[in-house]
Amino acid sequence: MTESFSFDGTVVTFRPGQTIGAALLATGTRSWRTTRRKGRLRGLFCGIGVCFDCLLTVDGTPDQRACMVEARDGMEVRTQQGVGRAGLAT
Amino acid sequence: MLATTASDRPTRAPDVVVVGAGIVGTACAFAAARAGLSVVVVEGGAIAGGTSGAGEGNLLVSDKLPGPELDLALLSARLWRDDLAPWLGPRLEYEAKGGLVVAPTSEAAAELGETTAAQRAAGVAVTDVAAADLPTIEPYLAPDLAGGAHYPADAQVQPIAATALLLREARTLGTRVLTGTRVTGLLRAGDRVTGARTPSGDLPAGAVVNAAGPWSGEVAALAGVDLPVRPRRGFVLVTAPLPHVVRHKVYTAAYVGDVVSDEAALQSSAVVEGTPAGTLLIGASRERVGFDRTPAVPVLRRLAAQAVGLFPVLAAIPVLRTYLGFRPCSPDHLPLLGPDPRAPGLLHATGHEGAGIGLAPATGALVAQLLTGEHPELDLHPFRPERFAA
Repeated sequence: MTESFSFDGTVVTFRPGQTIGAALLATGTRSWRTTRRKGRLRGLFCGIGVCFDCLLTVDGTPDQRACMVEARDGMEVRTQQGVGRAGLAT
Repeated sequence: MLATTASDRPTRAPDVVVVGAGIVGTACAFAAARAGLSVVVVEGGAIAGGTSGAGEGNLLVSDKLPGPELDLALLSARLWRDDLAPWLGPRLEYEAKGGLVVAPTSEAAAELGETTAAQRAAGVAVTDVAAADLPTIEPYLAPDLAGGAHYPADAQVQPIAATALLLREARTLGTRVLTGTRVTGLLRAGDRVTGARTPSGDLPAGAVVNAAGPWSGEVAALAGVDLPVRPRRGFVLVTAPLPHVVRHKVYTAAYVGDVVSDEAALQSSAVVEGTPAGTLLIGASRERVGFDRTPAVPVLRRLAAQAVGLFPVLAAIPVLRTYLGFRPCSPDHLPLLGPDPRAPGLLHATGHEGAGIGLAPATGALVAQLLTGEHPELDLHPFRPERFAA
């Protein structure tokens, strides 16, 4: 049976061992975050865990690196708009 | 004799050569140029490439006990706020955010109260904060703290931008800057220092200002002068960008004890602050390990744990990166500032330890006053560079 996670509500299938970023890229999705100030699109940049550009929200936890987190069956992945933890603002 | 360098040929020898394009050298160059002097800045590496680019950009009065360094800090705080911040504009990221020192125990709170009373008598604006009032100042602070003190005059700048902007202004005033140019010797006429030698040529000058931070001992040695400035390593952790979670520069009262300690072994106490970019900066560790740049995971772990102790909410926040730097540390933790009687023509502006960004404007102003023969506006006796000579 094919494994999949949800990405903003749509189903994304992946091969075991793929990262979330790799699985998204394989579907043609190139961006999944917008920047904090100007709302610009961001996706994989360095692809090796250094640049923190490819952040998204995984199972409710923001600021996860798509290039580092291995895809798991049933994950709920969401794009990250602006600051990942806007709810903390004082 | 005309000065000659490969990159540029001045029409006449400058009044002053400044060694080092960190914040202190840059502030000296700017103040000297503003006073009408011709200046050449010689930097072995890159602008703000040493200590200045490896800190948090703090402009603090809160961590200074009454005495000459506090006087220097108060003058500097005023110069940053009233002079440089308006001059350099928004890219400086000058933030008058204020500092909050917290005491974890009632003993520490009592001690902090004594410190603030003495600081207040010395002209520092500070308000004691009862434990119950801490959440209104910093909502995410740990709930079990015993008290604190609020210092409205503590501020912050982006230190690399500060250095670059200040140097740009100095250039506008005619200062020349040679980066990637090491000073390999000092020109002498008898005892007198009459300029600097570099691989790209000699730079005769009326005076040489040694602002080489943790490397200033090496520059002094070129004049045969012993200057006991040693590196004191510090790490900084950078978190993921956050909304406005930490409002002030927040640190524990133990930090001041760490600053004035003479321990060689690791000392650390949590220092947490936000930046306009949203990231939090977490310090502060102090170690005497020479210029060792090896990442030290136990130190980073300890800083992170101490920051979480102060702000439990940080336990879930990722750290994006870390960096390290070397504070120029003198034996009595005071800067070495002023002319060196052992080598006339050589002035030192170094040994500011972790406070160089904060203390730079006053340092520059005082150096310019010395260079132009004006009476320095602060008593420089406590800072005299030869005070450690046997």
